[in-house]
Amino acid sequence: MTDIFELLKGNPNDADYKKKGVIVQGITGAYGSLHAKQMMAYGTNVVAGVTPGKGGQKFEETVPIYNSMQEAVDGTHAKISIIFVPAKFFLGAAKDALNAGIKLLVAIPEHVPIRDTMEALELAKQKGAIIIGPNTPGIMIPELIKIGIMPSMPFKAGKIAVLSKSGTLLYEISDALTNAGFGQSITIGIGGDPVNGTRLIDAFEMVKDISDLEGLVIVGEIGGDSEEMLAQKIMDLGFKKPTVAYIAGRAAPKEKRMGHAGAIVMGTYGSAESKVSMFNKANIPVAKRPAEVPVLLAGKMQK
Amino acid sequence: MQLLEFQAKELFREYGISLLDSMSSTNIEEGKKHAKQLGYPFVIKIQVPVGGRGKAGGIQKCQNEDEFDIKYPQVMDLKIKGEKARAILLEKMADIKKELYLSIFLNRSKRCYTIIASSEGGVEIESVKNQIIKEIGLGDVSDEIAREIANKMGLKGITAEGVVDTLKKLSKLTIEKEAELVEINPLAIMQDDTVMALDGKFVTDDNANFRHDELQKYQEKTEIEKQAEKSGFSLVELDGDIAVVGNGAGLVMSTLDMLSDNGGKPACFLDVGGGATTESVYEALTLISKLDRVKGILVNLYGGIVKTTVVAEAFLKAYENNLIDLPVYSRLKGTESEKAKEMLKGSRIKIFDSVEEAINAAVMGRKK
Repeated sequence: MTDIFELLKGNPNDADYKKKGVIVQGITGAYGSLHAKQMMAYGTNVVAGVTPGKGGQKFEETVPIYNSMQEAVDGTHAKISIIFVPAKFFLGAAKDALNAGIKLLVAIPEHVPIRDTMEALELAKQKGAIIIGPNTPGIMIPELIKIGIMPSMPFKAGKIAVLSKSGTLLYEISDALTNAGFGQSITIGIGGDPVNGTRLIDAFEMVKDISDLEGLVIVGEIGGDSEEMLAQKIMDLGFKKPTVAYIAGRAAPKEKRMGHAGAIVMGTYGSAESKVSMFNKANIPVAKRPAEVPVLLAGKMQK
Repeated sequence: MQLLEFQAKELFREYGISLLDSMSSTNIEEGKKHAKQLGYPFVIKIQVPVGGRGKAGGIQKCQNEDEFDIKYPQVMDLKIKGEKARAILLEKMADIKKELYLSIFLNRSKRCYTIIASSEGGVEIESVKNQIIKEIGLGDVSDEIAREIANKMGLKGITAEGVVDTLKKLSKLTIEKEAELVEINPLAIMQDDTVMALDGKFVTDDNANFRHDELQKYQEKTEIEKQAEKSGFSLVELDGDIAVVGNGAGLVMSTLDMLSDNGGKPACFLDVGGGATTESVYEALTLISKLDRVKGILVNLYGGIVKTTVVAEAFLKAYENNLIDLPVYSRLKGTESEKAKEMLKGSRIKIFDSVEEAINAAVMGRKK
């Protein structure tokens, strides 16, 4: 698997070490421009924007806007892009990016049809690219690079990896971790859709070998079985770093979609009980409240 | 959305899947007409968007008019897992040899469609034995794959042909309507060895709704849910009395969990989306004001970029305009929270630093 840190950070001898270029697709839209500015303020090296028909203009007087992803990639050699287009245009935007050679695609839009996500994933597989999302808050290495829509305030550089299906719970729990003195080495938003470009187990693969990793926090929710798969993987690998989980949706009624397209319990498939019991089996404590996560993590670390 | 049995069967019929004669009605007069057309005996089946209706008495055999007069209203008045009858389906009785199971579903963790088949159907999927599982990518089922499945089910002759045909039709249906699940349970082997779908389940991908105008007639939404959708919110009505509002599905679910842990009963799940503005919070309060059972409002907003003063403004405006007359217990995390607290001093809106405190106050407030 492609090394996510190499993509986000690079190697010390790269000319663009720690300032990898990011292209923003849909940079002139209300949402895209707001978050492009926020990312730039955080220190992310936004090198280009793409809005068909607006090629040749500049965003914030500095960032060149191109008509197509091919032109943007030709002009900047960036390997990372973030998509802010309406859901029905996601597949087209994703294909443009992947065909132009993008290797890390962060898909922000919510409400992307599953079939479109699966088609984009097929192409990504052929091209050896990673898709994060859709319906993700994004990915970040705190204090270095933010490719997403998360506020910067909850995050601090450190040695805990946080993987989360939910956006606001990612902020909430990272905030609690930061306040308890646990900074984050990387945080990855999986997204709340039924089909994820990067599943919890894929995200785990990305972070498990971080040399100075001190702990792992998994923020799951009802729906699907990706938490169960991850718990199984952690057991199979004998992963020993302190790990804590949180599962949202214990009180949710069955067979109702709880906001996220993926947050639905069908029969017993996707239930909180199933996830909690698998984590228990893997000896991973599950917090009852977000605020309990750092407490359990500290407890795990003392052992 | 999850279609009702009779709606799923409308689609099955359109795609040429074999079915028994059946007719759906919403009142007994209409039902009586259908009974005459169908002729006794038949089965009375409640139409609800949840499983487990058989065990709950929602499927009744009916031999004659006297039974009909008793059983139709009985079934109509049932509640299955809290769900009222949406309609009643009358369906001819079948003389069957055996029950099979057949479904195509979106396998989320494998990220592909998957066939599940079994020669021992008729029970809930969790209890279906000898499951044959086959991954089929984006949903296409070739003749070869369909035959392989029928073989593994141990079927022969026209029964095998029937299953092959049904599977290919299910596949077409899955792809063309962008289903997350299409299930026939049971698929019955009749006395003449042909197969027929006795039940049908169909779940569509709501995110693909914009490509499927033809399915929108099946959309079942309350007025409030429709309004919520228009505002870009997600709302799930629940049967408690404390309305729960927040930004982000995960955070609102988490708030529901904590409220329930503390003995509170949520009246709704309302996610106003990742951001929060004066307008969106005001709109959310407008929606809640239309739910009669609500005794208090619990608000959990993780602002980040959002200014809490903006949220406070929405609360004040809602009281000013007499939109709500309920206590609000809120936790507002974000910038300018001190200023927001100052703005709300002396009002019925309480701001707490932690969600736990807000929840406790909401639960206590309800008991008063």
